[in-house]
Amino acid sequence: MASRRVNQDLPVIARFEVRHRNYVSPDGSITRPLPASASDANLLIALYRAMVLLRLFDKKAVALQRTGRLGTYAVSLGQEAVSVGIASAMREEDVLLPSYRDNGALLWRGVKLEEILLFWGGDERGNRFSGPPHDFPFCVPVGSQAPHAAGVAYALKLRKEPRVAVCLFGDGATSKGDVYEAMNFAGVHKLPVVFVVTNNQWAISVPLRLQTGCETLAQKAIAAGFTGEQVDGSDVVAMRAAAEEAIRAARDGKGPRFIEAVTYRLGDHTTSDDAARYRPAEEVQAHWKKEPIARLRAYLVAQKMWSKADEEQLAAECHERVEVAAERYLATVPRLPETMFDHLYAELPEVYAAQRREVAGGHDA
Amino acid sequence: MPEATLVEAINLALARAMEDDPDVVVLGEDVGVNGGVFRATAGLQKRFGPERVLDTPLAELLISGLCVGMAAQGMKPVGEIQFMGFIYPCLDQLVNHASRLRNRTQGRLTCPMVLRTPHGAGIRAPEHHSESTEAMLAHIPGLRVVMPSSPERAYGLLLAAVRDPDPVVFLEPTRLYRAAKGEVEDNGEALPLDTAFVLREGRDLTLISWGAMLKETMAAAEALSAEGIAAEVIDLATLKPYDEDTVLGSVAKTGRCVIVHEAARTGGFGAEIAATIAERRLSSLLAPVTRVTGYDTVVPMARLEQYYMPSLGRIMTAARRVCQFS
Repeated sequence: MASRRVNQDLPVIARFEVRHRNYVSPDGSITRPLPASASDANLLIALYRAMVLLRLFDKKAVALQRTGRLGTYAVSLGQEAVSVGIASAMREEDVLLPSYRDNGALLWRGVKLEEILLFWGGDERGNRFSGPPHDFPFCVPVGSQAPHAAGVAYALKLRKEPRVAVCLFGDGATSKGDVYEAMNFAGVHKLPVVFVVTNNQWAISVPLRLQTGCETLAQKAIAAGFTGEQVDGSDVVAMRAAAEEAIRAARDGKGPRFIEAVTYRLGDHTTSDDAARYRPAEEVQAHWKKEPIARLRAYLVAQKMWSKADEEQLAAECHERVEVAAERYLATVPRLPETMFDHLYAELPEVYAAQRREVAGGHDA
Repeated sequence: MPEATLVEAINLALARAMEDDPDVVVLGEDVGVNGGVFRATAGLQKRFGPERVLDTPLAELLISGLCVGMAAQGMKPVGEIQFMGFIYPCLDQLVNHASRLRNRTQGRLTCPMVLRTPHGAGIRAPEHHSESTEAMLAHIPGLRVVMPSSPERAYGLLLAAVRDPDPVVFLEPTRLYRAAKGEVEDNGEALPLDTAFVLREGRDLTLISWGAMLKETMAAAEALSAEGIAAEVIDLATLKPYDEDTVLGSVAKTGRCVIVHEAARTGGFGAEIAATIAERRLSSLLAPVTRVTGYDTVVPMARLEQYYMPSLGRIMTAARRVCQFS
């Protein structure tokens, strides 16, 4: 470009770079020296088990939805490594702020399968879950939880607590001001927060190239004044290592980090969506070759850390857990109608009490 | 008792709340060194430090979202939106998060935050600085909406708002910031958040208003008394929830009601009050419930704003009409 040539004599005052992290290739072979966490066989197997459980759970949830026993549901198919890898690097006292597709993170942190079903089955009690009581519930309005993460992190810093806020959202969310405003503030105050974008290439039917003109989403952190890293989001070893480093840095007072997890949504956006309407089958097929579970299994098998018998036993265990959870969910009696007024305020103002009584009366009649 | 303006009373309440509770944090644009564009936070940063009185980046959505995050961690954030015309980016946070966090987590997480903002026209401010869209906020379940009309009530209601375990939008009548003066004792005593204030008793007519319009409404009551009409004046003070009992009790006594608000008429909060009276006290009414409001147009800029806001004359005309109705 002419203008660039003309301006070549102007000094460069800043340069930035974005790094990409990957350890395990789609066929299970190693691309670079493994991080320390990968030498922990128990951890790798735990990550594997969590991803397998999540995939089987998703399958059951979709089956429940298709038979009219669950509401709209968003599967994690193909991107299990992101939520599981991130959550595995968090401490109990850290604060999770998930989007609606981050079941893997909730499960890792102790939320019960039946509680997740309860939420997607239309019952607020699913958000009063068994995970850490300070964790946020699923966030449906895209990206709107990012400012909360900054607020949480500000509170943690103010109180000098060595805890970290971890905020998950999708590639579509990076187009919203919410996310940038939150990152900008986190950068100003060097807050203990890690932002993670699950870049699964599609925001329902809108592809990434229509979300951004940037080469990477990771570089958006640069404008907010902190480091952004791109990670192979289908490589759970890489996700775990990146999360560990970012969370440690945040905990040590080094400020926020941003992780772009590049992966792929192999499933529909939700059970209400038909992805075949907007993306070619060949693209999906190509990404099936890179998916995270087969990838880690290939590595574990090659390392003789996992056998066919292990696989069969795990499948049976997961099946049992999912079936039991589904039964518990289906056996949960709905709340009384008038409880829609409960927890509206700490104490329901008298002026609304009549409405509560009206609902209660209708129910009793 | 020392005398204070309304904005000084806000400042006293904020200082008292911060003194009493280390979890109270004040945040917003220019609230720190500058003490806020109206000086509502003057001196607070010097006294409580830049961590508890922080100047945020210029991003209103962020301010409200930060409050939600802090509040969910058990802090008591008090965010300031510089003018009501800039509160709209916060609506997503107020509707989708602040107002429902407690309910959607069934009490697991709560949102004890306050969002303060100047309300209303009449100070010859630039465009977008004269909004009175309180009815939009009062429509949101789970929120509290409060608007004082005197220094004393500003002090007591703001203390109550900060101490309340749920989210409160606190609307401050810009026009009265310095015009309203009164005795304020900095005694740490809060006022209730669900009770209207009867500012003047009367048997002939009930005048209901809130915020800055109480000034003209009280003047109207005074002028009406010279005509032999004894008007009762109610400062609603809390719009959500609002004190139906006081309103209905007064209307049962007087049988006549004029509601005065600066906001545009259609869908304004006056409609809510009129509907409640019609539903519950129709048989008490001697005349139609009447509204004196801003017009259903964009709030005009400085040169025309005086024609938009309800005037003493318009209130008097409505009151006489209601009293002569038979």
